[in-house]
This record gives sequence, C-alpha cells and structure tokens, in this order.
Amino acid sequence: MSVLCRPERSRDPSGKGAGAAPLHELAADVLRLDAERTVDDIRSALRSLLRTELKRRGLVVAVSGGIDSSVTAALAVRAVGPERVFGLLMPERHSAPETLPLSRRLVEWLGIEHALEDITPALEGVGFYERYDAAVRLAVSDYDEGWRSKIVLSSMHERAGYALYSLVARSPSGRTVTTQLRLRAYLEIVAATNFKQRTRKMLEYYHADRLHFAVAGTPNRLEYDQGFFVKGGDGLADVKPIAHLYKTQVYQLAEHLGVPESIRKQAPSTDTYSLGQGQDEFYFGLPHEKVDLCLYGLNHGASAEAVALAAGLTPDQVRHMFRDMRRKRVATRPLHMQSLLASEVPEIPPLKGT
Amino acid sequence: MQMSERKRLVRSFIVDNLLFGDGERLEGDTPFLEEGIVDSTGVLELVLFLEETFDIRVEDTEVIPENLDSLDRIDGFLESKIARKAPAAGLSS
Repeated sequence: MSVLCRPERSRDPSGKGAGAAPLHELAADVLRLDAERTVDDIRSALRSLLRTELKRRGLVVAVSGGIDSSVTAALAVRAVGPERVFGLLMPERHSAPETLPLSRRLVEWLGIEHALEDITPALEGVGFYERYDAAVRLAVSDYDEGWRSKIVLSSMHERAGYALYSLVARSPSGRTVTTQLRLRAYLEIVAATNFKQRTRKMLEYYHADRLHFAVAGTPNRLEYDQGFFVKGGDGLADVKPIAHLYKTQVYQLAEHLGVPESIRKQAPSTDTYSLGQGQDEFYFGLPHEKVDLCLYGLNHGASAEAVALAAGLTPDQVRHMFRDMRRKRVATRPLHMQSLLASEVPEIPPLKGT
Repeated sequence: MQMSERKRLVRSFIVDNLLFGDGERLEGDTPFLEEGIVDSTGVLELVLFLEETFDIRVEDTEVIPENLDSLDRIDGFLESKIARKAPAAGLSS
C-alpha cells in the first residue's frame, strides 16, 4: 500500500467530488471517512426526504444478514428511531443457511419490528425453480434435483474485453462442472433468477403500503454505479441511503454503528444462487477493497499506476478495470432510467434521482 | 473495394439486430466495443449468429475482441476458421 502525498482537496470521503486534480498517488486510507459526520448527513437526508418528498412515516428495509442491508437498517434507525423501521427477512429455498440467523441477529440488535416472509411458495407459484433448472439444463444437460449452481464472472480483468459469465454446477456426488454460458442459457438463467429480487420487492412495498412507510434500498456505490441490481427488483426503492458510499466505507460505518461482528466478518455474498457465490465472483473477479480503489481512482482521475500501487494490482489490470467500469456504466444506464416517453408530458417533469 | 458476401452478411446482421437498421457509419474497422455497438450480451448474439450462419463452433477462448471487435476482424477470424475446417471436411469425405 502506498502512503504518500495525498492532496487534501482530493480527499473526498463522500465520493461526490469528481473533477478534483488528477492523483498520481493514492493514500492507503483514501476511502476513510468521518463516520459520525457521514451518519449525521444520512440521518438528516432521510428525515428530510421522508417529510418533504416521500411523505411517509418510516422505512421498510429488507435485511439479508449482509453488510449493506445491515448498515442501511441501522442508519434508518438512527434517522427515525426503531419504532419507525420495519425489517423484512425473506429467505427462500436456495438461501445460504447463515442468512436467516444473521438477519435475526440484526433485527434483534436494532430492536425493530420485523416479519419473516419465506418467498419459496411465491417463487414456486411463478414456476421459478422449474424455469431456473430448465435454463441451467441448456448449459449442463444432466442438471437435476439435488444439484446446486451459480454463475460467476469470467476473470474479465485478465481477459480484456467482454464480461462473460460461466455456470458452475455441482452434482449431489460433488462433481463440479464449469461452462461458459452461451446466449440463450445466460439470458434464461438471469431472467429466472430476477424473480427473486422482484418477489422480495413486491413484499417490501406491501409492508410499506400497509404501514405508510417508504422502502429503503440497499445498494452501495459500486452496485449503484455499475448497475449491479435488478430493475424493478433490488434496484427499486424510494430512497437509497448508502448509494454514494464505497463498500469499504460501508464496512467502516458498520463498525462505527456497532453492527454485530458476526455480520461484519461474514464474507460478502450475493446469496442469490443455490451454490455459494462471493460478490467478487459475480462482479469483477476481485475483492471489494481493490475494486473500490479502482472506482475511486476512475472517479478522481487517478493514474492506473497510482491505483495499481494502492490496490496491489498491475497497471494493466487497473487500465482494464477502468475501461470495463466505464463500459459497464454506459451499458447499465437504462437500468437507472424512469420509463421513457416518446414525447414529453410537460406538466409532469422528470424527477431527480433513480 | 467490394465487400465480400461473408462480410456483407455479418454487417447486415449487426445493422439489423444491433443498430435497428441505422448502420451508415459502420465501416470495416469501426471498433464495436469502443463505439458501443456490441456489449457483452451483443457478443453472445454475434457468436450464435456466426455459428449458425457459417456452420462453425466458436470456442470460449476465441470470444475475444481480437477476433470479434470489428467487421474486418470478424472476417479475418471467419477466414481462418473456415480454412482450418476445410481440410477436416476433405478427410471425412
């Protein structure tokens, strides 16, 4: 890690200040923020948005036992108090065994009202499990009951070019098959899997409507920037309190807020596929600390060499990351869009925010 | 220079399917990724088209910009694939 000459004006814990002078060196703690001030800022923003824009009385947060939803829920409690935050625990058949205990640990620690909504029957109702298995069989013909699977990103930073996904499937006997996904299998698997996020969102809005609360989304900056969310699923929310924070900063806030250690020490997972899937496998094939530094460097005009030194990568890897992040930002832009109109309706101007 | 039939087919696929018919600025060396013409899903569509149209198998390791990122590159890639395939076809006959 390099620790040298950080120009103070470039130190931008909020990450809002793109356009600062180019950085030729990145400090090891460049992403370190003033935690109490950040919590205060988010608290004020949430209170103000609920009162003036959303006109709702509290917040619903879907908690997964992961770091992002835990910090979002804790911030919501700081903003409006535990009696105005409602937690939702929504496991399904493929959820990791630790999901439920960690989620319970969080809501009990926060002292918030909560509900357990097992979404397995809803997913069965829309035929998710059959559709998913059929989609996987397009890639692995003997995939059947008892098998588990996930999709992982081909190591893009090394292969320079396309973000292609592979399917990893494990048979009940432990045989593992890995195959790069072709068009139809890829689209069918993703389309089926998106049922999970959209089913959860439907339940979040059900509870939000009956309580007259708003829905808080849980994306961090990387997810928000790079479009790592499902439109109408986890991408849908009334407010996204940590969308401006790098994952490293979310961890820092978690510690500051006193989020239980069992949650903070848990390796980040998407908890979306039946076979355990690290977020690094799904996103950029790199641990989040390194990806954060790449995104920070990209946002602040840092040289690839500076980021490489700070992140322990090669300059070539960082250049690939910069390029891939730029491309992904453009490619996923439609996920942020409100419904587009063929012609303007001037009385209803588009709102800020996505 | 007249465009080969092979290149014309590929161009027509890209213009019709990825550009909604608006391909005026698509030259032989236009870089697809750089110009935002083909993204990661687009390249899977392209691979499927090449396999079905030219009766070839594009290996996972061949799905790289060096082979697929412009009309010229695709044409060169197809030429080498078809050339490699031809002797094998000869042997089996």
